[in-house]
Amino acid sequence: MLRLEKRPTPSRFWLYATPPVAVILTMVAGGILFAAMGKNPFEVIRTIFWDPVFGEFAFYLRGQLLVKAGPLILIAIGLALGFRAGIWNIGAEGQYIMGAIFGASVGLAVFPTENRLIFPVMVVAGAFGGWLWAMIPAILKTRFNTNEILVSLMLVYVAETILAKASTGFLKNPEGMGFPGSRNFSSYPAAANPELIAGTGLHWGGVAAFVTAILAYVLLTRHQTGFQIRLAGQAPRAARFHGVSPARLVVMCMGLSGAMAGMAGLFEVTGPAGQISIDFNTGYGFTAIIVAFLGRLNPLGIVLAGFLMALTYVGGEMASTNLGLPDAAIQVFQGMLLFFLLAVDVLTNYRFRLAVGAH
Amino acid sequence: MKRRTLLASAAMGLMLASGAFAQGMDKVKACFVYVGPIGDGGWTYQHHQGALAVQEAYGDKVEIQYQENVPEGADAERVLTQMALGGCNIIFTTSFGYMDATNAVAAKFPDVKFEHATGFKREHPNVSTYNARFYEGRAVQGTIAGRMTKSNKIGYIASFPIPEVIMGINSYYLHARKVNPDVQLSVVWAFTWFDPAKEADAAKALIDQGVDVIASHTDSTAPLAEAAKTNGAVIGFGQASDMAEYKDGPRVSSIIDNWAPYYVKRVGQLLDGTYEQIDAWEGIAGGEVLIGEITDKVPADVKAEAEALREAIAAGTYHPFTGPINKQDGSPWLAEGQTAPDGDLLGMSFYVEGITGDIPK
Repeated sequence: MLRLEKRPTPSRFWLYATPPVAVILTMVAGGILFAAMGKNPFEVIRTIFWDPVFGEFAFYLRGQLLVKAGPLILIAIGLALGFRAGIWNIGAEGQYIMGAIFGASVGLAVFPTENRLIFPVMVVAGAFGGWLWAMIPAILKTRFNTNEILVSLMLVYVAETILAKASTGFLKNPEGMGFPGSRNFSSYPAAANPELIAGTGLHWGGVAAFVTAILAYVLLTRHQTGFQIRLAGQAPRAARFHGVSPARLVVMCMGLSGAMAGMAGLFEVTGPAGQISIDFNTGYGFTAIIVAFLGRLNPLGIVLAGFLMALTYVGGEMASTNLGLPDAAIQVFQGMLLFFLLAVDVLTNYRFRLAVGAH
Repeated sequence: MKRRTLLASAAMGLMLASGAFAQGMDKVKACFVYVGPIGDGGWTYQHHQGALAVQEAYGDKVEIQYQENVPEGADAERVLTQMALGGCNIIFTTSFGYMDATNAVAAKFPDVKFEHATGFKREHPNVSTYNARFYEGRAVQGTIAGRMTKSNKIGYIASFPIPEVIMGINSYYLHARKVNPDVQLSVVWAFTWFDPAKEADAAKALIDQGVDVIASHTDSTAPLAEAAKTNGAVIGFGQASDMAEYKDGPRVSSIIDNWAPYYVKRVGQLLDGTYEQIDAWEGIAGGEVLIGEITDKVPADVKAEAEALREAIAAGTYHPFTGPINKQDGSPWLAEGQTAPDGDLLGMSFYVEGITGDIPK
């Protein structure tokens, strides 16, 4: 009989081996699923993982990978800081929406003024919107000891309702013939977030994602605050003796992750999405949670994980359109990735032992 | 090379490969972008039925591709670009939210035809729009609702305060009041197109207010499921598709979106070379709006009255918005005998006189 035994210290080997092993297991299990549906599994896997990067239309799709990965990375890094400290912000989707609404409101309020300061101010407003939305669960937690997981998650649905109000009401395009949705930022240069280098898909959001990844890496490895975050996650009591204020840490981590999600929302609404609309949010805030864990809560790992996740989206769409796979099969495939990641992750803290004699 | 030129040259290559345009085509690749899953039983399901009808009609001369659950915004733009690059000749984008994405991608692929459902932007010669006059179906529903209600309270589960939805509410109310001057309408805004839980809550709220006839502008069967729990006290209608599984229960009729005639026509025009940019808005007469079977729960005289209304609309002898009609604030909208111009309907942002409550701003 096999049984699980807790390792005295987490295995460094499995910590880093888990993501690749999970990806390979996902490919195998996904391949079996696709084969059972009557598709050639090798063709499907190639379409998802190879074609977007090296296939016929890679010149277009490579840029799209960056468009998709940018917000995931930016949000996931913010979340990872909190997750490291044991602070569970599940509501990044709501903070993303509020960031977009705050930032877009600033831009639309001064329409059609042309000034180079408008976009930077909008970015700050976006970060503020996300921060503000994250402060609600943070302060409720520090003052009344509420559960930040529940409160931040519930606030996503509140944000969605405000988004619907914004698109049909206070941010509605006055020239939109009564239809919902704000003005499109692509026709307002001072507030737009266009592609910086044609064909690369890189916009300011992508730049922010990379810069944040480096800053977060430095923060976690070289800075006192980073040490406090890690300590609070690993040994909360020790952290308190070390002079770490749990309340301060909650406010800081929630605030940082909220501000980053808010910025991601602002970059998205002014760039790829173009406008505030009822269905503006497409789940980046939730997917970023998977990305954070897939990247081992490590900023550099998150960058890789963000691109991998983007690949399953872009490639998954290709497989769906070109090979006639139902969308649900692609979603199952993406879900498998998290499933196998968590399953294999057990090996980081536990090991299998052959038990002599049954229990 | 800039992306734009790259895309343009790719499109050029596709055009050369597929032969000259104006003379028609030997084979058409028709592609569909869906906002929901094809199994939603409502909006997307009906569009997919239209796609299947195209395949049926032209067999080997068409190839159908589709993508489900495409979010509106940046993702739609990518999916559309992939489809255009992949050789689609005509792309149907079947949700209002794809409007900007459709026009943006159409600019880059001038030789691919784009067809946007329920929108109003045709910024390029290769973008057409199409919609159905669902308000005609609402007139028939309103007639049934006005006759069938015992509490004189009828309800409407609305999705979003856009002209499309508001004109449906107005048409439903006007025709209910026409046959029953005491009728009162309650509107609940669900702020969703498809969310069974929210739709069920909305239906519950209406039933609690004493409403006994519910119409909905959301896509799921949840409101009917909620009405079914009242042991026949509350009736409702199928929306977007027939929802025939509730025929023995609360569903007394339905509005069916029938996109097949339009899709078959447009792909056929592309095949024979007569395709042109249009702004299509067909209704009961064109077969795009069908009234699902009116069940025996409805007395024969009411059924006959509703069917006569349907025939009058089909024949063009009756317009559901015929004056005198005042706006909610009492100001005149249509004078005696005047019918509503399409422009008024497409921008409709007010209730007609008699409806209480406000449209969310």
